[in-house]
Amino acid sequence: MNVQLVGRHDVVSAAPAARPAILEVEDLHIAFPSRLGPREVVRGISFTIGAGEILAIVGESGSGKSVTARALVGLAGSGAELRARSLRLSGHDGEARSLTELSERQWSKIRGREIGFVLQDALVSLDPLRRIGREVGEPLLTHGLVPRAEIGKEVETLLARVGIPDPVVRAAQYPHELSGGLRQRALIASALAARPRLLIADEPTTALDVTVQQQILSVFQALAKAGHGILLITHDLAVAAQLADRIAVMQNGELVETGPAREVLRKPRHAYTQRLLSAVPSAATRGRWLSTSGARPVKAEPERSQPILALRDIAVRFTRPDRSVTHAANGVSLHVYPGETLGIVGESGSGKTTIGKVALALRPPDAGEVLFRGQAWSQLSERQRRPLRRHVQTIVQDPLNSFDPRYAVERIIEQPLLLHTDLGKAARSARVRELIQLVNLPSDVLDRRPTALSGGQRQRVSIAQALASEPDLLICDEPVSALDVTTQAQVLDLLIALQNRLGLAMLFISHDLGVIRHMSDRIAVMKDGVIVETGAAEEVFDAPKHDYTRRLLEAVPRL
Amino acid sequence: MSQALDVIARVRNGNRAGNPWRAPGLIIPLAFVLLLLAAAAMPQWFTALAPDAVDTDAILLPPGPGHWFGADQLGRDVFTRVIYGTSQSLGIGIGATLIGCAGGVLLGTAAGLAPPVLQRLLVRLIDILLAFPEILLALLIIAVLGRGPTNTLLAVGLSSIAGYARLVRSQVLRVWQSGYVEHAVSLGESTPAIIARHVVPNAVRPLVVLATIGVGNAVLSASALSFIGLGVVPPAAEWGALLADGRNFLDTAPWISFLPATVVAISVIAITILGRRLQLLLSQGGEP
Repeated sequence: MNVQLVGRHDVVSAAPAARPAILEVEDLHIAFPSRLGPREVVRGISFTIGAGEILAIVGESGSGKSVTARALVGLAGSGAELRARSLRLSGHDGEARSLTELSERQWSKIRGREIGFVLQDALVSLDPLRRIGREVGEPLLTHGLVPRAEIGKEVETLLARVGIPDPVVRAAQYPHELSGGLRQRALIASALAARPRLLIADEPTTALDVTVQQQILSVFQALAKAGHGILLITHDLAVAAQLADRIAVMQNGELVETGPAREVLRKPRHAYTQRLLSAVPSAATRGRWLSTSGARPVKAEPERSQPILALRDIAVRFTRPDRSVTHAANGVSLHVYPGETLGIVGESGSGKTTIGKVALALRPPDAGEVLFRGQAWSQLSERQRRPLRRHVQTIVQDPLNSFDPRYAVERIIEQPLLLHTDLGKAARSARVRELIQLVNLPSDVLDRRPTALSGGQRQRVSIAQALASEPDLLICDEPVSALDVTTQAQVLDLLIALQNRLGLAMLFISHDLGVIRHMSDRIAVMKDGVIVETGAAEEVFDAPKHDYTRRLLEAVPRL
Repeated sequence: MSQALDVIARVRNGNRAGNPWRAPGLIIPLAFVLLLLAAAAMPQWFTALAPDAVDTDAILLPPGPGHWFGADQLGRDVFTRVIYGTSQSLGIGIGATLIGCAGGVLLGTAAGLAPPVLQRLLVRLIDILLAFPEILLALLIIAVLGRGPTNTLLAVGLSSIAGYARLVRSQVLRVWQSGYVEHAVSLGESTPAIIARHVVPNAVRPLVVLATIGVGNAVLSASALSFIGLGVVPPAAEWGALLADGRNFLDTAPWISFLPATVVAISVIAITILGRRLQLLLSQGGEP
């Protein structure tokens, strides 16, 4: 696959101008009305997409990349004001037409027929009451491209084209009967049905597991080869690196850098691109900070005599409504030693979150036991465990979920102090201020509600709360998965700095191999409720022993 | 022309984007409800007459300058009686709703968090209570307790418990499953503290708005009880009792019933609209 990629890049850098442009965007502005007058979210961006070319617009949330994509299919939203010096699409008839000032009726002729649109979440984009075959065949009917009798056949061809096995069977199924990867492929098939020359994909693989993502990316690669122009919107630089011929980096509504993928990634010119690239955790970033330059201090090798947390032969079973039993965890044994980070990595449904809950004693294991500092933990009654809970704290993916919606930040951080200390009001308030400083937040967030904070700020609040009771063990379940890469870098750096300073042990759960590799001393790889491999981080990544680990590592897009 | 349309569009957008708390649909019912509260608190501000002052010259006088709503068979000013009845009707409405909510919170929380057997029993109890129309339950309670304003309040309040309990139970179950309750466990909070600090306050939030609508219902139920002579008894100036008073003169002096009935209807509508508006606004985030 890599060989193929390099080949494609060479072609591009050799003759980028030779391709006839399908879409030309020049000086595009998009503004939304607000109380303070129109607010411009896209400020004069220009790009072209040629036949067979993949252009990736990369940016963080709020950069305006999705709005751009939606505007190109006339779905920017009501009230959006679109201005462009030129916005030209060369359609099937070979004539270039302008996309500005189209009526809804004219748009409906373009959507699907001239531009295919693939969204992030196939489960919400596919009609749950329609079979896949009908969904995919719909554009063929609306645009009157194929006689009714031949639609079934055409749908099968389409499904086969995006790599769906057994197209006849799948066409007769409903979206909920398909796995995430197959659903996403069906969605791509429906976008392709009317044979648009241009395909716009907005975060098409963000909701998918890495092995499935790989399959979807290769579908896009094949489509580009077949001559489709593709506009890929993504926050993931590695995905862009693997797929795109050219990359455009977007920040605050502007394209700060555009160029051949290789050049942008290898020799980024703009400071923002450089910052983005260095913020991506990977093999190369172990031992240095992500959000600032420079090496991070080497952590003392953890003392591995007495584990702080030990999971012994844990089994967790769920009974489904139809009485069948699923094993969320089976025979899982893990040790976390003081001061070290144990990473658990696995795809969705692998049971890693369940293991986190068992370790936190929020869910009793059906078999096996958890020991904390060599003492019973999972087998204590909640009453016995309660005074010990201050030593084991947690950070979750979406802290908004774990904060009582009625509480302001100060109250949230104060909560553990109220529970586990007998500090007076003034002392508590002073300690809260200390904690908020520790996580690098200004003290004026204290009287705000979490809903008024950004994702990164919220995660810092949840870290401050977790640290309030001075724990020895932090259980982090996907703590940075909802964050932008630069915010993620700051939070990861913060966690490492705090670990060095406070000697915390961490159980770090993530689906992101780069994050896991960056953070962990040791790694456990989970699949279907079983730990398939454990070992020192370098060992697992450099010389994976288990087949699944190897497959997982191969599937990760690299920068 | 297009310019005019543009202006209209801007005005409408301005209203919508401007401040939903100043929409006429909220302001008008709110103003009316405030007026009712004022009438309940300070009836003498609205009328110089006394509610049971008999004026033999004014018997069955139709509405006019001296008597805005006319006078009844004893020559009492109907408008004055409506004004003086506000405190009792509104008091019963609000009191009954408070009883209903308090009972609903207790019963609903218990039915959501009690041990399984008790839980099942309580849920069945709620189901059975819900199966009866509220007015029937209220009649049953009146039959046991007897008539009078306090008993009317109790009857209407107790009969509305089941409806609130059902809502509270569903909310309690939702909050109990929420991330922040689980997180509170992991922080080391005790179960009673979690229920008191997180579950009940969060479960009760949607109830606050529903209760506003409930006041309207309770006013109506209490009036209905009084109208059939089982609630507040004449000569008290309760709204339902006023309607009952005029029952015999519907042909000759319809205003004795009709005008108080209009006030009751408008009040209930205003309270209900206010409740719905608040519900809508708060569910949209509530930020003004």
